[in-house]
Amino acid sequence: MRVPLDWLREYAEVPAGTTGTQVAADLVRVGLEEEGLHGGDVQGPLVVGRVLEVTPEKQKNGKTINWCQVDVGEANGTGEPQGIVCGAHNFGVGDLVPVILPGGVLPGNFEISARKTYGHVSAGMICSSLELGLGDDHDGIIVLTDWLGAGAEGLEPGQDAIPLLGLDRETVEVNVTPDRGYCFSLRGIAREYSHSTGAAYRDPALVRVVDGQEQPLTAPAATADGFGVELRDEAPLDGVQGCDRFVTRIVRGLDPQAPTPAWMATRLTEAGMRPISLAVDISNYVMLALGQPTHAYDLHKLAGPIVVRRARAGERLTTLDDVERALDPEDLLITDGGETVLGLAGVMGGASSEVSDTTTDVLIEAAHFDPRTVARTSRRHKLTSEASKRFERGVDHELAPQAAQLIVELMVEHGGGTADPAVTDAGQVSPPEPITFEVSMPTRYVGVDYPRERVVEVLETIGCTVTAGAEVTPAEATGADGTGSAGASDGILTVTPPSWRPDLTTPPDLVEEVARIDGYDQIPSVLPTAPGGRGLTHAQRVRRTVAAALAGQGLDEVLTYPFVGESRFDDLGLGADDHRRHAVRLANPLSDEAPLMRTELLQTLPDAVRRNLGRGAKDVALFEIDTVTLPDLARKAPVPGVGVKPDDAVLEEILAAVPHQPWHVAMVATGQAERAGWWGAGRATDVTDVVGWAHAVCDALGVSVERRQSEREPFHPGRCVELTLSDGTTIGWAGELHPKVVKALGVPDRTVAAELDLEVLIAASDRRAQGAPLSNHPPAGSDIALTVSRSVSFGDLLESVRAGAGELLESVRLFDVYRGDQIGDDQQSLAFHLTFRADDRTLTTEEVNAARDAAVARAARDHGAVQR
Amino acid sequence: MSGPNTNYDPVEVSALDPEQVEANVADALSAITAATSLEELKAARIAHAGEKSPLALANREIGALPPSAKAEAGKRVGQARGQVNKALATRQAELEAERDERILVEEAMDLTVRPDRRPFGHRHPLTLTAERMADVMVGMGWEIAEGPGVEAEWFNFDALNFDKDHPARQMQDTFFVDPADAGIVLRTHTSPGQARSLLERGAPLYVAVPGKTFRTDELDATHTPVFHQMEGLAIDEGLTMAHLKGTLDRLASELFGEGLKTRLRPAYFPFTEPSAEMDFQCFVCRGDDAECRTCGGTGWIEWGGCGMVNHNVLRACGIDPQRYQGFAFGMGVERSLMFRNHLADMREIIEGDVRFNAQFGMEI
Ligand SMILES: [Zn+2]
Repeated sequence: MRVPLDWLREYAEVPAGTTGTQVAADLVRVGLEEEGLHGGDVQGPLVVGRVLEVTPEKQKNGKTINWCQVDVGEANGTGEPQGIVCGAHNFGVGDLVPVILPGGVLPGNFEISARKTYGHVSAGMICSSLELGLGDDHDGIIVLTDWLGAGAEGLEPGQDAIPLLGLDRETVEVNVTPDRGYCFSLRGIAREYSHSTGAAYRDPALVRVVDGQEQPLTAPAATADGFGVELRDEAPLDGVQGCDRFVTRIVRGLDPQAPTPAWMATRLTEAGMRPISLAVDISNYVMLALGQPTHAYDLHKLAGPIVVRRARAGERLTTLDDVERALDPEDLLITDGGETVLGLAGVMGGASSEVSDTTTDVLIEAAHFDPRTVARTSRRHKLTSEASKRFERGVDHELAPQAAQLIVELMVEHGGGTADPAVTDAGQVSPPEPITFEVSMPTRYVGVDYPRERVVEVLETIGCTVTAGAEVTPAEATGADGTGSAGASDGILTVTPPSWRPDLTTPPDLVEEVARIDGYDQIPSVLPTAPGGRGLTHAQRVRRTVAAALAGQGLDEVLTYPFVGESRFDDLGLGADDHRRHAVRLANPLSDEAPLMRTELLQTLPDAVRRNLGRGAKDVALFEIDTVTLPDLARKAPVPGVGVKPDDAVLEEILAAVPHQPWHVAMVATGQAERAGWWGAGRATDVTDVVGWAHAVCDALGVSVERRQSEREPFHPGRCVELTLSDGTTIGWAGELHPKVVKALGVPDRTVAAELDLEVLIAASDRRAQGAPLSNHPPAGSDIALTVSRSVSFGDLLESVRAGAGELLESVRLFDVYRGDQIGDDQQSLAFHLTFRADDRTLTTEEVNAARDAAVARAARDHGAVQR
Repeated sequence: MSGPNTNYDPVEVSALDPEQVEANVADALSAITAATSLEELKAARIAHAGEKSPLALANREIGALPPSAKAEAGKRVGQARGQVNKALATRQAELEAERDERILVEEAMDLTVRPDRRPFGHRHPLTLTAERMADVMVGMGWEIAEGPGVEAEWFNFDALNFDKDHPARQMQDTFFVDPADAGIVLRTHTSPGQARSLLERGAPLYVAVPGKTFRTDELDATHTPVFHQMEGLAIDEGLTMAHLKGTLDRLASELFGEGLKTRLRPAYFPFTEPSAEMDFQCFVCRGDDAECRTCGGTGWIEWGGCGMVNHNVLRACGIDPQRYQGFAFGMGVERSLMFRNHLADMREIIEGDVRFNAQFGMEI
């Protein structure tokens, strides 16, 4: 909402000299956040100049500049012509132009000084509308006779141009929160300004100032011959009538050519609306002034009566924005005689009955519509208008006759029309519900001691009617804690909000009014004493540990967007029936290329790898920890509405429909694991690194892992391992990306990756690790080399060795693999280092040899292994 | 053993002559002193203390002496050999020390350039910021709760008193899961965590809910469709807006600088009443610089929204608003990081460029 200060001054006593910045600060204090300041940022001298000479001078760069002599009267202190360089060409000798002289300041804090340019000393600037913040035309300077029209008559060089151009007029733009519909009007803003500053307030719905004189704005009572209006809402939403008030007035004999008065056009422009025609401008002006949207019909295009009803199936309407719309039975319509649709109530009119440039007699509609009805229609048709914006936030239901009266008066004054005595005021509004309010509640809620008198004062200031005692029984009002039971009538107030505050419906609403009018800055700072928490959960600690472990391994943590497209599943080589293709789809994705929620982190993590490579990185090792989304059955979640706890079955249904979103960790790496340098050679990242990192994650959590050679997309079929818990539960996979995947993703050959299900690791690590005493006896080592068929996996052979070596074995490590000429083509030789240790003694050579031989024997039995 | 006085050879016995022994010792000592390396010393050892050295030979002659001469000759030769061995040992130690010194000098490596042999990893500053924020809350005795990013519409809106037809619900720029009437959305804020925590745990309750949130904004310098918030919710008997302010002051002070305050401004949110926007005091100028670039000269930086939890939220979660009341707040983690660590462009946070992480340590 844009608030021209000059307009604000008409309704509130803004102290002379108050700046826009100050007004904005005053409004912020009561909850109207500043969105911007317009105007008031030009500092003089900005004066009228008359161009005396224009000498075009061609420059080396091909541009032609004009060296001008400009008469600025006495404004430069000498009376001599001012020499100014100007790049524009839309003016000539004799024109009156705005000239800013050295010392002046243009918007953006741009200070003007005499400066040397194009071989002259240019002492000032002839200004364009862009430079003055008046428009976006930079090419031409302002020629005042064109800009001001008749207003330019009698201008003298040297005269102050700031008021001429309206540059002394400031407009404050504020954000109006959805609960304060009444602040979409100068009436509401001025009232809030008054609440913030204590400035005197004059309600423009009650009083007009005409020629400096206050006069009451008095709407006549309805007459029997008022234009026919029938409110026939046969399907009210939640029992609320779609229209509970419909006022009409008639003005005859308007001059369709009558111009909009300049002051009104200026105010509309400053408030951000374009002047169109007198009838439309008056309607907009009154809406901005009072907050009541109205509509003007060409009286002669109406057969009458006006019937307000819900739409029928199949009805259509072409709205003023030239869109033909299929209407919904919930849409509330204004119709002519019940048949011809005139408009969507409170949202937008139709083209057929619109006032035109031949309209002389108009019917004015000022109505009050149900916010919910308007909101739904506006949303359904994706049609937001100035009217709908106000109605869906709630319009003062007492305002319609006053707004209509103001329109009539303005049309009579400026359009030469005559007010018709016929007045309609149909419908029955319900008065605001009184609220039973404990006077202690603001203190109890806010932590500031508000005396009873202060509470009453604030509530009355904002327009509430306050009476002592409750309309309902005190027991109902005080509730369980019994506050205020002593001298009940003393502690209880009955508060009736004013008609313009439909947002005030509950005691906490009134608490906010007390707190904000008294000032949020009065609220002290008190640290509450929480009962003491249990610290982070195991799952939260696990995620931190995993992240720290991977960063410690040399990987960088990144965050990627969780959106993917099906083509990424293709890139990753997922089969047509791979369950990972079954993803949650967005109804309104940002990009149609990525409408799905990822089912694995590896679906989006490669993007970050590619971005880094694209920016010149060579060695990239990334990890991400986040949730993935796994849809199960396509269930719908009930949406049971506000303010009531759903019953357990419904709640269960809601919870069950939310897809499973387990935490995962994924890694992708390419480039050098160790760089070459003056210390020696480097080493490329390979699959052993990523399998190692996956183990580092498990080790960090104390989870022991088993491995199974595995084939799974997107991995190389021969270079992928599945990690499991000892009970076989899958933790995840690590490996080298399939060459086809590498190509499809556009990442370097031999890029490696892994993805682990953190939920499995979180569950597996959720136990207290048990320590055992360390042996003080020395270890004994022994190496064995076993020749075995290549069909035997390293892991299986190692497990046989481990099992055969018995209890004395402390660790076994595969340290060498030989495949070559000295053994058969289908054979391999694996060398293991075994370390033995006993808890209670130093092992003898015989014991060690026996254990070693047992290991070899077990490998021979299990796999036909032969010791070399 | 040879018989007495048989094969007594005066010539050979002259090796035991005191002058001769003394001369041998002098030769030995001078050779030892002259040795400048361990190799030369070894040669000197062989020549003067080896099996075939004059003193060793002399020693062998002692056996041939008459018993009367044995003792004296033995003593003389023994002393001589002792003297030589001692000199050898001393010189040996000296030369070894010299060699060790030399090796250390020869082995010296210039370490004045960082050896970037292994790449260094980093945590992401955003997750570190969220963790730090959570830690401050934990320090105040709060617990950290979580909720799903793909969330039931009821939790995201209705439970929080966003009526289906209220303009505030339309203003959220929500991603809907297909079909649009599935009742599932991408959460637009972490506030559904309030409702989930209250339903799961009941009152009294002090929880913070950090997490990922989504709005249909295009990515630019100050907006991202995927961002992070931290929600706070305290429900107990007798909690007031003063407690809200106290909590925010502590959090701001821990994150942005000791003693920094917050400011509340009246605002509107469906799930709180009274509601407030919260600003924290500019940590650069603390309001003393009208030209401050960080806060635009206002002295305050917008942080998020807060207020007293709306009765309808409590009711939706089965909490009796007559008994319990409390406050909630929510702030952007990105925004906190950007201000705290002086970042200008939101895009850097989400792009995953490792150079971004590398600017920060593991503690930010
Ligand atoms: Zn500052």
